[in-house]
Amino acid sequence: MFLQQFANALALGSVYALFAIGFTLIFGVLEIVTLAHGAVFMIGAFAGLMVVTKFNANPITAILVGMMASGVLGCLIDLVAVRPLRKRKFHHLAPMIATIGCATIIISISQGIFGAEVYRFPFDFMPATSFNFWAIQLTLLQIIIVGVALSLMMIIIFLLKRTKWGKAVRSVAESPRTAALLGIPVERVFLLTAFAASALGGAAGVLTGINFNAIHAFMGGPIMHRGIAVIILGGMGDIRGAVLGGLILGFAEIMSVAYLSSDFRDAISFGLLFVILLVRPAGIFGSHIERKG
Amino acid sequence: MIEFLMSFWQTYNTLFYTIMVHGMLALSIYITLACGQLSLGNAAFMGIGAYTAALFTMKLNAPFGLALLAGGMLPAFVALIIGAPTLRLSGVYLAMATLGFGEVVRVVFLNISITGGSVGLNGVPPKTELWHLFLVMGVLIYFFLKLKNSRFGRAMEAIREDEVAASVMGIKTTWFKVWAFAIGAFIAGIAGGLNAHFTFFLSPREYGFDFAVDILTFAILGGTGTFWGPLVGSTILTIMPEMLRFIGPYRLALNGLILVLVVIYLPNGIITVKKKD
Repeated sequence: MFLQQFANALALGSVYALFAIGFTLIFGVLEIVTLAHGAVFMIGAFAGLMVVTKFNANPITAILVGMMASGVLGCLIDLVAVRPLRKRKFHHLAPMIATIGCATIIISISQGIFGAEVYRFPFDFMPATSFNFWAIQLTLLQIIIVGVALSLMMIIIFLLKRTKWGKAVRSVAESPRTAALLGIPVERVFLLTAFAASALGGAAGVLTGINFNAIHAFMGGPIMHRGIAVIILGGMGDIRGAVLGGLILGFAEIMSVAYLSSDFRDAISFGLLFVILLVRPAGIFGSHIERKG
Repeated sequence: MIEFLMSFWQTYNTLFYTIMVHGMLALSIYITLACGQLSLGNAAFMGIGAYTAALFTMKLNAPFGLALLAGGMLPAFVALIIGAPTLRLSGVYLAMATLGFGEVVRVVFLNISITGGSVGLNGVPPKTELWHLFLVMGVLIYFFLKLKNSRFGRAMEAIREDEVAASVMGIKTTWFKVWAFAIGAFIAGIAGGLNAHFTFFLSPREYGFDFAVDILTFAILGGTGTFWGPLVGSTILTIMPEMLRFIGPYRLALNGLILVLVVIYLPNGIITVKKKD
């Protein structure tokens, strides 16, 4: 029973981690808290759903399309709402407020187009196959979710640590000004980071859509709260922290639903956030606390 | 003429009541913005105040004044608890913590029995009179006028301009930020109590993130250089949807557009103050 819950927690937590990596990447590099990440996540889920219903695409294609759609949207937000602010001195809350505006626009338009109803993937989209390992039953869906999430995490960590682009991103995260002086095209790095981070959010969106089989205009809200809790828990701007924080939150939620009650599931992320702010505000791996915007 | 005015008032008095309540909410977020902090929990504080005040009058038959006071005190108390750990940190933490907090409040309203769960509270007695609104608004305007040149107001301005410099000057930044946040919560709670006693009905859905964004838009559109800004912003944004009913579901998109455009092109809002050099 406990091991079964553990498997469920792993599937849930890895999606949280995927969402939070994008979130924390944008914070670490662009130094903004993008409150539009939930809306970007929702658009990814809808894009994935569209290719499945219209073109009968397989899950992997759906995820790739969702990532593309979210990535492009993330670039658009950066170009339209955040870049104009970077060009001059701005108050440190300004970019955050601009992204709240973007989120509101995106959600409202999606609601106008798709209505308030809940969309589902076709019935036979994901075969209900499951595999037994000792006492644990893993569904094909869970294996796909964990597999995709882990591979994407590995890819983004590889890109950041081992490629020239990753080096540029890390130097811009350290200091955009110094990076610019050294000839790194900072604006392009910002844009690429926004694309990569949003694409991860989109992948999380498609996976969540498949997992709960419920896609609607407001699905980004709950995961926003969780994403915030996860990146504060792990330390803002830290990729390892986002992964670990996501898994911890997934674990805490599944266990509380299994052994306590499901009524307050949505409040757990806040409880975790509150405790971490009390005892260790920098988060598990954090070092960002002293930097002020 | 008199008859026209009477019928005009008949039609639009609730709009006027709403303008006053929205003005109070705009002031409640202004006081945190005035020390460089962003609170996204003011809709939730309004909700706590609304439920508290309504339960006081409905279950305890408390006098209206006492119910309002309780509706202000409880959110202020909650704000002290949330503010103390989050406001030690830089500006973004309060925004993130209050965003999550709003969600918790909604979940609690939905799941405890005294608030009526998802059905909400029905039949709140109609107690809010016009003069109550004028009185509260008058007190608030007096408070903000006095605040400007007080020790507290100057400390807040110093914190907004440069928090590190302010703390080096010996200003207890956390202390001022926490109190500003609690006063904001108090104002939002009072506004919630007043609102509950003329809409007669409370539902957990009304105090969610969308409404927090509405409140933020009031203040940002009007400008946060002086407290008149949020009052102007809230008045415009409360009247506008009445005139723009045809845009229907896209009303929120308009809010978002205003936020983005104002932040980029009009960073000080509509009402700007001349800086003394």
